[in-house]
Amino acid sequence: MQAFLQNLVNGMALGGVYALVALGYTMVYGILQFINFAHSEIFMLGAFAGLFLAGYFAGMEPPALMLCVVMVGSMAACMAVGVLAERLAYRPLRSAPRLNVLITAVGVSLLLQNLGQIVFGATPRVFPSVIETVQYHPWPDSDLVLTNIQLIVIAVSAALVLALTLLVHRTKMGTAMRAVSFDIDVASLMGIPTDRIIVFTFLLGSSLAGCAAILYGLCYPKIEPMMGVVIGMKAFVAAVFGGIGSLAGAALGGLVLGLAESFTVYYISSTFRDAIAFALLILVLLIRPSGLFGVTRKEKV
Amino acid sequence: MRKSSNISRLFVLVGLLVAGCTKSGGDANEILFGEYGSMTGSESSFGTSTHRGVEMALDEANAAGGFKGKKFRTISYDDQGKSEEAVTAMTKLITRDKVLLVIGEVASSRSIAAGAIAQQYKIPMISPASTNPKVTQLGNYIFRVCFIDPFQGKVMSRFAFENLKKKKAAILRDIRSDYSVGLADYFIKDFKAQGGEIVTDVAYSSGDIDFKSQLTNIRSAKPDVVFVPGYYTEVGLIARQAKELSLNLPLLGGDGWDSDKLTEIGGDAIVGHYFSNHYSAEDKRPAVVEFIAKYRKRYNETPDSMAVLAFDATLVAVDAVKKAKDLTPASIRDALAATKGVPGVTGEITLNENRDPVKPAVVMKVAGKQRYSYVTTINP
Repeated sequence: MQAFLQNLVNGMALGGVYALVALGYTMVYGILQFINFAHSEIFMLGAFAGLFLAGYFAGMEPPALMLCVVMVGSMAACMAVGVLAERLAYRPLRSAPRLNVLITAVGVSLLLQNLGQIVFGATPRVFPSVIETVQYHPWPDSDLVLTNIQLIVIAVSAALVLALTLLVHRTKMGTAMRAVSFDIDVASLMGIPTDRIIVFTFLLGSSLAGCAAILYGLCYPKIEPMMGVVIGMKAFVAAVFGGIGSLAGAALGGLVLGLAESFTVYYISSTFRDAIAFALLILVLLIRPSGLFGVTRKEKV
Repeated sequence: MRKSSNISRLFVLVGLLVAGCTKSGGDANEILFGEYGSMTGSESSFGTSTHRGVEMALDEANAAGGFKGKKFRTISYDDQGKSEEAVTAMTKLITRDKVLLVIGEVASSRSIAAGAIAQQYKIPMISPASTNPKVTQLGNYIFRVCFIDPFQGKVMSRFAFENLKKKKAAILRDIRSDYSVGLADYFIKDFKAQGGEIVTDVAYSSGDIDFKSQLTNIRSAKPDVVFVPGYYTEVGLIARQAKELSLNLPLLGGDGWDSDKLTEIGGDAIVGHYFSNHYSAEDKRPAVVEFIAKYRKRYNETPDSMAVLAFDATLVAVDAVKKAKDLTPASIRDALAATKGVPGVTGEITLNENRDPVKPAVVMKVAGKQRYSYVTTINP
C-alpha cells in the first residue's frame, strides 16, 4: 500500500511539471490552431536562465526569496524568447497554410536545440539546490516520504492552472483570448487587437514553461541543451490526451501521464517508461479523437 | 553571361575537389596514433581525462627523443558519448587519417562498436578502461590495460559480503550500457555463490532523470545494500533521489563512478558510498606520486583513473612501437600481444593470451567534494 502511495506522490510531482508545459502547448493551439514545437526549447532556455540566475544570486537569504527571484527571472527570459519567436518566425506566416507554420516551428525548435549545444556545450550541468530538501514522514510507521520540493511542485502547478483558468474565464483579457480562438477575423472586426492578444498568449505560455523549468530543475537537477526534447514530447502528448485547446484537459493530461509513468515503471518495467505515454495517446485517439476534454469542431461544408 | 557562370562553377568544383584531398597518413617523420573519446555529453569527464593522459604520455615520449628520430602525434575525435559517433570517429581515423593504432574508449558499449571496425581494418586498438570482456573478444587486434568485469563484479560482491557483512542485495543497472549489464550479472553470480540473496533487480536507461519508481521498488524489497553499476551522471541523480526517498542504504558501484563530476551531481547524497576502481590517488608508490604531481602541475586537478589508464595505455603503445619489427599495424599488433612488464602508473602491465592484463582493484569511498578515500585492495 505504501508503495502505491509513494508512486502516487512521485507521479503527481512529475505530472505537475508535464501539466505546466502542456498548458503552453494547449493555449497556443487554442488561440492560433497551431502547435508551437519550439515550446520545449523555451522550457530548456528557461532552465539555463534559472541556472545562471541561481549562480549569480548564490547565497541570497532567505532561500525562498532567491527561488522567487530565479523563477521570475526565468519566466522573463522565456517570455522574451517566446515573443521573439512569434515576431520573427510565426507572425510573417499568419496567413500561410498551417503546414508551413508547423514546419517553421520545428525549424525554430531544432535551431534552439543546436544553438544551445554550441553556446552551452553538450555536457550536462547541475542545477544548484536553491532550497534544502526536507523529507516529511506523514505516517511514522510507514515508509512513505514526501519532500518539500514535491509539495512545492504540486502546489505551484495547481495554483497556476487555477489562476490561468480564472484569467481565461473571468477577465476581459481572457474573454478577448477566447474570442480570438473562436474566429480571429470576426474578433478583429469586433475591435479586439488580435496581434496583441496573440503576443499575450505567447507571453503567458512561455512564462509557464519558465516556471516549469525551475520546478523541474529543483526535482531533477540535470540540465542540458537536449532536455526539452523528451519533456516537450510528453507534454505535447499530455495536451493532446486531455484535449488540445482545453486548459483543464492539459492539466489532467499532464497529471495522468505523470502517474502512468510512475506506476508503469514500478509495476511493469522501466523500459516502458516512454512507451506508456504514446500507448495512452494512441488509446485516447482511437476512442475519443478530440481528447478527453477536447472540443469536437464541426466543419460546415 | 552563361559562359562566365559556367567557368565560375568549374572553379568551385575544382576547388572543392582539391579541398577534399587532405594529406593522410601523417608525415614520414612522425608516428601517428588515433584517439576517440566522449569529450562532451553525459560521460564527458571520461573523454577529457583520457585525452589528458594520452597527451601527457606522448609529450613525455617525445621529450625523451621520440623513436628513431620520429615524433609521436595523436589525432583525437570526440564521439559525444554516442556509439554511432564512435564508429564514425574510428572509420575516419583509419581510412582518412591512416593512423597506426587507436587508443580508446572508456565505455564498453562504444569500445565494442568501434572495436569491430578496428578489427575489420586490422588496426590495433587499446582500450584504456573498458572492462566488459566482449571488448577484447572482438579479435586479436583489440587490447586493453585494465581489469575486466568478471573480476570487478567479484570485487564488489566480496566487499559487500565480507567487508560490509551484507547478505541481501538489490541491483539497479543501466540497461543501455553493456558495461552496466555485464557488471551487474557478474556481481549477481558471485554474490549468490557466496550465499547472498538478490532481493530485486531493476533497471533504468542512460539519459533517464527520474529513478523514484525503481528506488521505491528497491525500498519495498528491503535489501541491506544496493549495487548501482552505472555511469556517474545517473549514479549521482540516483543517490540524490535515494536520499529523498529516505533509502538509507550503502550504495556500491564500479569504475563508472570515477569522475570529478560525481560529487557535483550527487552532492551530499553520494558521500559515504563505495565503488571499485583502478587506482587510488592515496597510493604511496613512487610511480603514482610522481604521476599525480606532474598531472596536477599541468592540469591543476588530481587525475582520475581514466587519465591514469590512458597514460598507461599510451605507454604500452609506445613500448610496442619501439619493440615492433617495423612501423606497420600488423607488426605493432604482434609487439602489443607480447607486452610484458611495462611499468605503468597502475602497476606492471603484462597482457595475457586474451590481450587483457591481470591487475588488482581498489575499493574507494566517496569522502567529500571530489575526494575519494582508499578503503582496501582486492587481488585477483
